[in-house]
Amino acid sequence: MPKLPAPPLPAPLKTPPPLPGQGNGEAGPLEDAKQAGITVVDWVDERTSLSGAARWLMFRKVPKGTNWFYTLGSATMFAFLNQVVTGVFLAMYYRPEPAGGAYESVRYITNEVFLGQFVRGMHKWGSSVMVVLVFLHMGRTFFFGAYKYPRELNWVIGVVLLILTMVMAFTGYLLPFDQRAFWATTVGVNINGTGPLIGPYLSDFLYGGTEFNATTLSRFYAIHMLIVPGLIAALIGAHLYLVAKLGTTAPPWQKLHKRHELIETEV
Amino acid sequence: MADKRAQQRSKYTLDRGIPGAFEGETITRRRFMTGTAHGAGAVAAAAFTLPALGFAIGPVFKSTPHRWEVVGTVDEFPDNNYVPVVLTLVPDIGEAGKTTAYVRKFNPALDTDPYDKGTPYIAISDRCVHLGCPVRWVDASERFVCPCHGGVYDILGERVSGPPVRPLDRFYSRVTGEDVELGPRFSVNSKLRRFSPRLPGEPLDGIGQYLYPSTPGAKKL
Repeated sequence: MPKLPAPPLPAPLKTPPPLPGQGNGEAGPLEDAKQAGITVVDWVDERTSLSGAARWLMFRKVPKGTNWFYTLGSATMFAFLNQVVTGVFLAMYYRPEPAGGAYESVRYITNEVFLGQFVRGMHKWGSSVMVVLVFLHMGRTFFFGAYKYPRELNWVIGVVLLILTMVMAFTGYLLPFDQRAFWATTVGVNINGTGPLIGPYLSDFLYGGTEFNATTLSRFYAIHMLIVPGLIAALIGAHLYLVAKLGTTAPPWQKLHKRHELIETEV
Repeated sequence: MADKRAQQRSKYTLDRGIPGAFEGETITRRRFMTGTAHGAGAVAAAAFTLPALGFAIGPVFKSTPHRWEVVGTVDEFPDNNYVPVVLTLVPDIGEAGKTTAYVRKFNPALDTDPYDKGTPYIAISDRCVHLGCPVRWVDASERFVCPCHGGVYDILGERVSGPPVRPLDRFYSRVTGEDVELGPRFSVNSKLRRFSPRLPGEPLDGIGQYLYPSTPGAKKL
C-alpha cells in the first residue's frame, strides 16, 4: 500500500508502529477501508504533484517573534470569503431593477426569506469589517517595516487591493436602492466628476449616461459582483504567492541573535 | 563595439549561414512563426476585448433627446416666489428618474441679468452644485438651503455661503398656449452666462470651464 510522507508532528502525537507479532497476516476489509483515503490522495498526488506545492505553501519557516498581528492578513481574506459566499447567495434573490424591483427584492430578503436578514446583515456588516481589517493589515505592514525590499511589489498589490475594496464598498452601497443609497451614490459619482479633464467622462461612465438612468443600477451591480471580485480574487492569489515565496518578516523589536561561533572574539 | 558587430552581421539569412535559408530572406522562419503566433493571439484577444470595452463605455458618447414637459399653467406661478414642480428626467425608472425644479415668472426687477432677457419663466434645479443633494426653497429666508453640506443660495440661485462652486442649474422654459413647459437643464457661471449642463462640483468660472469640458452626452440646446 502506498504511503504519504509522515507529517512533521511532535513525538508524543505520532502513532507508534505496531509491535512485532501484533499484525494478523493479510489486510482485512477494515484495513483496506482505512487505507482508502490515502489511496485516493496518493492517486491524485501522483498525477499532479500537489503535495509538494501544499508543503511549500503550508510548512514554511517563520521568524521568531511572530505574533497575533500577523493574522490580520488572513482575517482580511476570511472577511473577503465571507463577502463572496453571502454575496453569491444574496444574488439569488436580488433584482437590479431601478423602478422599484431592487428595493422590493431587498425588502423581501430582509423580511421574508429564511435567514435573509442574517445573511444580508453578514454581507452588510462584513463589508465594514473587511475595510477595517484591510487598514489594520496595512498599518501592521507599515509599522513593522514589512513593505521593504524585497516585498515592495507585495505592498503595491496590497494598495491595488485596498482601492478595489473601496470600489466594492462604493458600488455595493447603491444596491439596496433606498434613499440613503441613491443620494450617497449621487454624491459619490459627483465627487468622481470633480477630477479635472477626465472627471466628467468618469462620472458619465459610472452613470452610463449623463444622468442617473435605467442602466446605472445594473452597471453598478455588474461591477460589484462580477468585475471587481474577480480582480480581487486574482490579486489575493498573487499576494499570497509572494508571501509564501518571500516569507514573513520578524517584528522590528526582535533582536538579531548571532550564532555563537559567528561572534568575533579577541584572541 | 555594437556598430562594428552590426556591420559584420548581414541582414540576409543566407549570408548568416542559417540552414534552409532562401535568397533575399531577411527574417528567420522561427522569428516569423513566433511573430505570427503572437499577432494571431493579439487579434483574437482584441476581437472580444475591444467590442466589450466599447459596449461598456458607449453610453458616455450617446446623447439623449431633449424632453419638454408641461409643469403647469401660466397663472400658477407668481413672479416673487417659487413653486416646486416635479420633472421626469429619465422615464420608466420611477422615483430615481425624477427631479424637482423651483419655478417662478420672470421678474424684471429681480432678473436684471442680460442673459435672462426673454426668458418667460425662471426654473431652478434642486440639484445642489456642491455634490448633488436636493436643495429646498425656504420661503421665510428667501434662500435655497442644502441639507448635506450646508450650501446656501439666494433667490437667483447664486451662492451665498457654503461649498458650492457655481450658481444652481436651471431649466429652459417656454409657454405653449396656456401651458408652461420646461426643457433641458443648463448650467450657469457666476455671471449667469449659460453653459451646457455640467455635473455638480464642476466650477465654470475662469479656468473651470476648460478643466471640466462638456461631455459628448450633454448637448446644448
